[in-house]
Amino acid sequence: MTDPTKRKHGDASDGALHLGSPLARVDGDRKVRGEAAYALDAAPAGLAHGVLVRGTIGAGTVLSVDAASARQSPGVLMVFTPFDTPVLGAPDSFLDGTPGEGPFHVFPASILHWGQAVAAVIAETRQQAETAAALLRIDYAPGDVVPSILSKDAGPGVPVGAVDIDRGDAEAALAGSVFRVEATYETPREYHVPIEPHGAVAWWEGDRLTVREPSQWIDAMARTYAGWFGIPFENVRLISHFVGGGFGSKVTAMTHGAVAALAARELGRPVKVAVTRAQNFTAHGGRAATRQTLRLGADADGRLKAIVQDGESETSVFVPFVEQLNAATSVMYDVPNLRSRQRLVHVNTVTPAHMRAPGKHPSAFGLESAIDELAHLAGIDPVELRLRNEAGFNPQTGQPWSSRRLREALVEGARRFGWKDRPAAPRSMRDADGAFLGWGVAAGLFPALDHFGEAGLRVDADGSIEVLSAGIDMGTGTYTILAQAAADALGVLPGDVTVRLGDSELPSGPLAGNSLLAGVMTGLVHKAAAAMRETIIGLALTEQGSPFRGSELNTLDITRGRIHPTLDEGRAVPIADLLKAIGRDRIERIEDNFPAGTSAQERHRIMTTVAGLRPPDGGVSSVASWCAHFVEVKVDEDFGTVRVRRVVSGFDCGRLYNPHLAASQFRGGIVMGIGQALLEGGRVDPRDGRIVNDNLGDYLIPTNADIPDIEVFSVGEPDFRAAPMGGKPVGEIGIVGVAPAICNAVFHATGQRIRRLPLDIAALLSTN
Amino acid sequence: MRPFEFTRAESAADAMRLAGDGATIIAGGTNLLDLMKLEVMAPQALVDINRLDLGDIDEAEGGGLRIGALVRNSDLAADRRVRDAYPMLAEALLAGASGQLRNKATTGGNLLQRTRCYYYYDTAMPCNKREPGSGCQAIGGITRLHALFGASEHCIATHPSDMAVALRALDARVEIQSQDGVTRMLPLGDFYRLPGDTPHIETVLVPGDLITAVLLPAPAGARQTYRKVRDRASYAFALVSVAGVLDVEDGRIVRPALAFGGVGHMPWRNPEVEALLEGEAPSVDLFAEAAARLVAEAEPQGGNAFKIPLLRRTLQAVLRELTEA
Repeated sequence: MTDPTKRKHGDASDGALHLGSPLARVDGDRKVRGEAAYALDAAPAGLAHGVLVRGTIGAGTVLSVDAASARQSPGVLMVFTPFDTPVLGAPDSFLDGTPGEGPFHVFPASILHWGQAVAAVIAETRQQAETAAALLRIDYAPGDVVPSILSKDAGPGVPVGAVDIDRGDAEAALAGSVFRVEATYETPREYHVPIEPHGAVAWWEGDRLTVREPSQWIDAMARTYAGWFGIPFENVRLISHFVGGGFGSKVTAMTHGAVAALAARELGRPVKVAVTRAQNFTAHGGRAATRQTLRLGADADGRLKAIVQDGESETSVFVPFVEQLNAATSVMYDVPNLRSRQRLVHVNTVTPAHMRAPGKHPSAFGLESAIDELAHLAGIDPVELRLRNEAGFNPQTGQPWSSRRLREALVEGARRFGWKDRPAAPRSMRDADGAFLGWGVAAGLFPALDHFGEAGLRVDADGSIEVLSAGIDMGTGTYTILAQAAADALGVLPGDVTVRLGDSELPSGPLAGNSLLAGVMTGLVHKAAAAMRETIIGLALTEQGSPFRGSELNTLDITRGRIHPTLDEGRAVPIADLLKAIGRDRIERIEDNFPAGTSAQERHRIMTTVAGLRPPDGGVSSVASWCAHFVEVKVDEDFGTVRVRRVVSGFDCGRLYNPHLAASQFRGGIVMGIGQALLEGGRVDPRDGRIVNDNLGDYLIPTNADIPDIEVFSVGEPDFRAAPMGGKPVGEIGIVGVAPAICNAVFHATGQRIRRLPLDIAALLSTN
Repeated sequence: MRPFEFTRAESAADAMRLAGDGATIIAGGTNLLDLMKLEVMAPQALVDINRLDLGDIDEAEGGGLRIGALVRNSDLAADRRVRDAYPMLAEALLAGASGQLRNKATTGGNLLQRTRCYYYYDTAMPCNKREPGSGCQAIGGITRLHALFGASEHCIATHPSDMAVALRALDARVEIQSQDGVTRMLPLGDFYRLPGDTPHIETVLVPGDLITAVLLPAPAGARQTYRKVRDRASYAFALVSVAGVLDVEDGRIVRPALAFGGVGHMPWRNPEVEALLEGEAPSVDLFAEAAARLVAEAEPQGGNAFKIPLLRRTLQAVLRELTEA
């Protein structure tokens, strides 16, 4: 973070103790030393290994699987095919906990996309399983394939309806506008490619199942396993101590986990199924490909009068997944008239999934590119145009914002970047070597969601303090900020607090998605730690054996783990000594944020399905994080190469619980955004829908050499309408708006407007 | 990965005997091990030649260098003699792979890298290179990486090496020992084969042959450069690369040698383009003519059509750079 010590709000510089201070991540040393055990590091005694086998047609039917040779291959324990795999039970719906869609066929004979899993082989070693898998002879009856949204036969798609917006009369307002722009923007399939691929290690003890698996939502995954295997939810223990990146891809249980648990049950021994890098492109979906046509109308001063949006997003032929294209369009600017339509184009792909800033990224790519086009057309500076269209309240709902400091991010970002020196005309800046330079800007948002949860706090007789939650840390810093939150409320140091996460035996945790976990869990841990503090003080004042009993004090204080009269730190007693003195082995508190009177059944439903996600504003205010990116690019027109030279980005995410870790999230999002802009995209074979670049050699993400100096700064102020501890979403906002900022900078450099991502060499060569 | 036998060769004779019996030679293993993990290659036996005495760079008679087949890419790039007399070779080496890979990768192994064609890497796909006679799935598919020159109806793959492109422009020769004791010296143009109807046979090597060295003649020209165009700034294969060497005498281009990467089954060279430049005064028009001549025979596959303007521009940029001042 830039100048963290000089900030006056949004961090600990105003006198808060630990939450808000730039503490280094508490799990960092273990990770650097290789001591942090990830799920697939688990190697319980007797472990067998399974591999998934992918189908090699884009659509059709598996007619037969000849597994005779595979079964005879050395070390082979089991082979699962569409014709001999036990059918699993039907979990309740992930959407709302209603009865699910029927039994789970692990390997259906019907093939709906290329790479769909069709079989699994379990053997003593991974190599034996792979060797045997190659011996399977699979006969197919191929069907007609619609490979992608770009295919001629993909059709116009079906209306979504639920996300349509009609605000005012957009067509009439557009017709009456002084300035009008119309353009079509496209984004490709993108993939999460977490460095830790998916996988699971499963074993049974009687009818109790334990699964070690990277997870963004322990309890929701455990619910699915319980449903599959017909056992009580409590009988599933899901463990996910560390997650090597998720980006939205590790929220639900999948085929690999089903196979591991099923094989473990059949074999009576632990089974590991590791998903290969290539399988990570077909075992679960990435971000849906999108296409949207935007028409913007503005008056002579550049004030937006109308937006008309027509968009399509891709989904599978079996699930209507919506990548919401108006997520940013509808709320970024003060637009009185807006019409938005979206269709789903069903093609033969694995169902797309949420990926870092779902909807917000493609939506902002279209809108923030079109705003730049409007600024150029109207001859208004693109920062100024955005300021003129600032929305004082949520234009879609009419609610006031809980906080919106986008103006501050734009103004301060422009100042830091040196934006005032930008010549308006494209092709007017060159580097010393003659290559063009360009400056671009774009803004972004991330609307907040909230969730429920519990937090446990435990103090043991030896004085050790533990925070307990089934919530997880996917590398973002949960371990660290919860230690900070507990330390403040309890009166101890963060180093005195051990945070235990990622185990379904711990108090129920929220989804680690929608950038909401930090806000929910810091609040809950603060609440539990504060309750613990009151409990300890109460015991100290009243329990037999306490040195403070009978001291006629009204209350006590706890400072750095020592209990003392509020005005006298000299008479301090360590918490451990108090517990010994009063004969207590352990004190536990669990706090939650469930509405009063929530039944156990309802708690289960809202903690294991998306029914528990809610807007955090109670109808009073609208909550979102905001950002503005300023980017300099260098374009070598000879070669069509674009390199990002400088990024300055300002963020309003309310109070930052740890500015150091928040800055990492901001930078990580920006790095991912640079990849989106310039490199990333699934390449779909036009014949069978195969993703041909299903590996990190061909699916390019940025290297260090692609990433310039990135300056990030916070303009946020504590927003207690957003979350109990005053923060707003951090994890995803960084990616939103990066791609349009880069494309806008490329336009400024070259005069070429790129409307289809990724902006690769071929894209720029074909336009100049 | 499939099980395999592993033997460390203690002598060249050992290595050649085992290789003659069907073992696959492994040196740095930076490409072979990946291919084995993906089961694109599944050799029954490996013979490790890392203990052979092929790791030196020696000065050759009459100028030039003899580079042992086991010289690591990073050592070759750092060698003072290479940096002084063959800077283009050092540039090409450093433009390839990553530091870690260059520390492992060898001179001989680099020459024998397999193509990065998507369809070669996917064992579920037909590929004449991986499974002779099964067909070419790349044709009609995603062809962004594929060849403009010398392809056939059986294979449109490209050779991925940067080093080999520089070596071809430098007129390097490959020293090959065979089991019967004969040593051959082949220029790269004769060492590599075009795909024709046998794309699985990429070089003239036969089982039991061992690359022992690469011989660089005395440098042909002082002006050298290697220009690589790739999607990202590091750690990516060339979409197009140009290795160029020439001199300018009395205001005229002499002894131009140009090789092109990312566009053919082997590092590509076009004598007509060099003849067109020989003895001419450098000019924008001349460079444009040379570039047009080069791409005149290009046969794009659809997805790689962008490489035609890219190659043209890259050649012109290289010629500008080499003839300035």
